[in-house]
Amino acid sequence: MKFINIFLIVAIILNFNFLKADEIKTENKIAKNLRCLICQGQSVYDSDSEFAISLKLVIKNKIQEGLSEDQIYNFLKMKYGEWILYDPIFNRNTYFLWLLPILIFLAGGAIIIKRFYNKK
Amino acid sequence: MKSKFIPLILILIFLITFVIFFKGLKNSNIYTPDTNLKKEVPSFKLKSFEDNSIVISEKIFKDNDYYFMNIWASWCIPCKEEHKFLMELKKDDKIELIGFNYKDNFTNASNFLKDLGNPYDIIVSDKDGTASIEWGAYGVPESFLVYQNIIIKRFIGPINNEDLLEIQKIIR
Repeated sequence: MKFINIFLIVAIILNFNFLKADEIKTENKIAKNLRCLICQGQSVYDSDSEFAISLKLVIKNKIQEGLSEDQIYNFLKMKYGEWILYDPIFNRNTYFLWLLPILIFLAGGAIIIKRFYNKK
Repeated sequence: MKSKFIPLILILIFLITFVIFFKGLKNSNIYTPDTNLKKEVPSFKLKSFEDNSIVISEKIFKDNDYYFMNIWASWCIPCKEEHKFLMELKKDDKIELIGFNYKDNFTNASNFLKDLGNPYDIIVSDKDGTASIEWGAYGVPESFLVYQNIIIKRFIGPINNEDLLEIQKIIR
């Protein structure tokens, strides 16, 4: 009986640690994907400005409240605009941004194929 | 025919790229969030500055009144600059000033108000800065003009005489 109790306690402690580690992981992941608005060019994760410190705290609280990563991004997007996210969302303003590399890649491929067949 | 075209196209591409980058050089790339967004007032539950009683946002903001929510701190130099305009705004009884004491300690903040005067009707303290984030603020000072539970105007940085006149024009 005693053995089972000890085993249970150890299991709970281990589980708890895993949860905590996971939370910190997502917390850091989210902070790394956010642009600091005070020190632009730095991520919130890297920054030590008052704003970044508070924002990290907010992220931590939101995770503890049970919000998912996407929900937190949406929350911050609503508050600060899309600029705060490092990953631009695919919409009318960013079609060019997302599609241009693919277009250039295809054009390059077309040129190579054309040359290859011409040589033949 | 072919050899004539390729250098021409290359030069054209180079020119276009040059013009785009050259223009981009002069663009300011410092981002400021939209200041004219009509957003609902976020609800908060904070400790009062004077005593530690809890203040709920729903009890502060009532319909048909103008509120000026100002985030300030005693350690913030621009806050001193805008303080005289806040004192000026206080004279208008159509508007209520709400101070958000941002990451400050009580002694410094009360000395600040003692020296320069207290323009606020209600002061709440935002010790860890999380409530300011709910408002979408990212620095001190920052101010929000609230009417009917909607943020109608946002001021990033210290307010100046023009801002003051604008506020007085809106609430008249």
